[in-house]
Amino acid sequence: MIYNIPYFAVIGLIIIGLYAVLFKRNLIKMVIGITLIESGVNLFLITLGYREGSTAPIYTLSPGGIMSMPVPQALTLTSIVIGVAVLALMLSFIIHIYRHYKTLDVGKIGGDEE
Amino acid sequence: MIQWDSFLKTFDTGSGLWNPLVWATVIVIALLIVYIIRSFGKKEYKEGTEQTKPFLSGNPEGDKEKMHVKGSNLYWGFMESMKWGFDQLTKIHTGNVSDYILWFVVIMGILFIFIVGVF
Amino acid sequence: MNIMNHLPALIIAIPLLGAFLTPLISKINDRLRNIFVILIAGLTCLLVFLLANQVFTEGIQTYVFGANTKETLNAISSGTPLVRILFEVDGLSAFMAIIGCLLPLVAVIYSWAFMKDHTGLDKYYTLILLMTAGMLGMMLTGDMFNFFVFLEITSISSAALIAFYTDKGKAVAAGFKYIVISSIGALFVLLAVALFYGQYDALNIAVIANSMQYSFLDKVALVLLIAALGMKSGLVPMHMWLPDAYGRATASVTLALIPTTLASLYGVLRVSFTLYGNNLITGNPLKQIGQIEIHLNILLAIFLVSLALITIVVGVLMALKQTDLKRMIAYAAIAEIGYMLLAIGAALSVLKTEVGNMALKGGMFHIMNDALDVGLLFLVAGAIYYATKETSLNKLGGLARNMKYTTVFFLIGLLAVSGIPPMNGFASKLLIYESVYQVNPILSIVAILCSILMLAVFVKVFHSIFLGPKQSSFEKVKEAPKSMLIGMAIIAGIIIFFGLFPQVIVNNIVTPAVDALSNPGTYINAILTGGV
Repeated sequence: MIYNIPYFAVIGLIIIGLYAVLFKRNLIKMVIGITLIESGVNLFLITLGYREGSTAPIYTLSPGGIMSMPVPQALTLTSIVIGVAVLALMLSFIIHIYRHYKTLDVGKIGGDEE
Repeated sequence: MIQWDSFLKTFDTGSGLWNPLVWATVIVIALLIVYIIRSFGKKEYKEGTEQTKPFLSGNPEGDKEKMHVKGSNLYWGFMESMKWGFDQLTKIHTGNVSDYILWFVVIMGILFIFIVGVF
Repeated sequence: MNIMNHLPALIIAIPLLGAFLTPLISKINDRLRNIFVILIAGLTCLLVFLLANQVFTEGIQTYVFGANTKETLNAISSGTPLVRILFEVDGLSAFMAIIGCLLPLVAVIYSWAFMKDHTGLDKYYTLILLMTAGMLGMMLTGDMFNFFVFLEITSISSAALIAFYTDKGKAVAAGFKYIVISSIGALFVLLAVALFYGQYDALNIAVIANSMQYSFLDKVALVLLIAALGMKSGLVPMHMWLPDAYGRATASVTLALIPTTLASLYGVLRVSFTLYGNNLITGNPLKQIGQIEIHLNILLAIFLVSLALITIVVGVLMALKQTDLKRMIAYAAIAEIGYMLLAIGAALSVLKTEVGNMALKGGMFHIMNDALDVGLLFLVAGAIYYATKETSLNKLGGLARNMKYTTVFFLIGLLAVSGIPPMNGFASKLLIYESVYQVNPILSIVAILCSILMLAVFVKVFHSIFLGPKQSSFEKVKEAPKSMLIGMAIIAGIIIFFGLFPQVIVNNIVTPAVDALSNPGTYINAILTGGV
């Protein structure tokens, strides 16, 4: 049962992140919500590769025994790098938006067309 | 690779046929006949008199530039009679990005009940 | 090194190399950079046509990254597990890749004159080439995590291109909305990929499709994939980012954004028809109501067809109300995506019959036709903005005297979008009406009515921009420059060619795509039995 706690943490992180994106009106809080969802998905990927009583999957000077799976670790690294790039792009957009609209309220940057 | 005579085949849907080359030839011949008949002219047409001025039900004609019907004034009757529908649609299309994600979560919930829950 | 063996890798590598060399070349000379970018885009187009020719004559082409293709496939068929990334190109991928390489080439030719007065053009050309590489990667890959990576590449470069006009606030706000929507959609796709990896220990589409048991987690993954990819391809009610993004970007960027949206639609097709292909109609039904058996394809078909009907109606009604030219064309594009999904959903419900085959042919042919038609309309809107610096319909009028060629191109685009003979829109819409009518008459009636409303929308636009008396504020408006006219003429020529000879196109280009969709077994066997 104790090995299922990371899965509950994943569901909790995704729900809190979705709550922040849906119901908060500040742009920066929305970006933090997206980062929370991304952390939840990365945690899910890492947890899939764990085997009970295993060590790190490195061959040199290994203490023996079974090793955890290395493929999800590579996938998670790729996903973390993509998340950092998207976060940098979103924050630079927020700087431009603040310079023009003078507000960080998501309801007011909607524009004034039909 | 592609035979050259297959360019002239008719298009066969499951329940009908359509050949655009035959259609184009017929339209061109019909337009030619219309143009020839039109170029015979009418005897009662005198240029430069009252006959060639636009008729606006007796109203005086204003400045040519202002007589052009602008884009949002066409289809006025249709828009007025369906005003309730258009107002509802415009209220749904806010500019708020949180509302966009709310619709996404709603559709995911409906699809979840449909595929996982019921069946 | 034989080039014909390495075509899928070259198609991704050449735009990437061009994208990274463009800032260096741009320091030397501006015209040299423009010519270099057009050469790279043209070379990519040539390679895609060669690959499509190979696929249409010989069958599915696979390519293994990092090892010899034949040895790896032989090893897999004798039991070794698959650990490498594969590109697998079947008829559907080749069909979408033709669209995905032709439109950015026209966009690059068009933006020679359209973007001449702007600064920061080296970043613009770099991002267009990156977007092309990402889009082609999404369409050619055979691996789910690779699909996610290319999806993120495409969405990051598209968001930066939409926000190109950084001196006003509107375009940057549209770019922000686009990146929020794309990022959340891609994260849910990654969650589904992780669910697949956890169950089957494989990331390859063919291996997952082969070992798929339809368990509870597989159902959750199907829900996540279809909702997230449907949001990125513009289904109502998740469509609201589309008018902002298409309407506020520059016209050449919008032309290159259209195949990106269609690549997400390709993702929906790949998931429903190939990944879950063996579970669409199985031996034992999911539920039995009296005499009717309900399988997965009926559930998916009901969902897709109802969303497609709402998409068509909402798209056309909102387009009637707009006064901004590019937003109106964006709503018309949303309605056309509804037509594609209507045909594909109707084909899902009557899979593997004659009517289903016709409906699939209509839907796939309409994907290619609609990309060309709406692209031509966006190019004309860009030409009008370049000449008059106005986009509102209330202020334009009487431009047909000054811009003759642009009027003719807009007329061709108008006839093609509404489905009037002899353009290509009529051929594909005829297929859709006739085959969808045999599934259920109400669908066809709604589709025809909304097609008439679409004609009404564009006749209004044509009258209020081009016809009418001469306005005094537009005395000095000149015709669009030559490179813009060349770009528009290429697309108009292809539209008329497809309209006059539809049978050739359907037999040679659309039918392999439809065969690939109806037989998921071919896709799986190409990898698991070593291509035999």
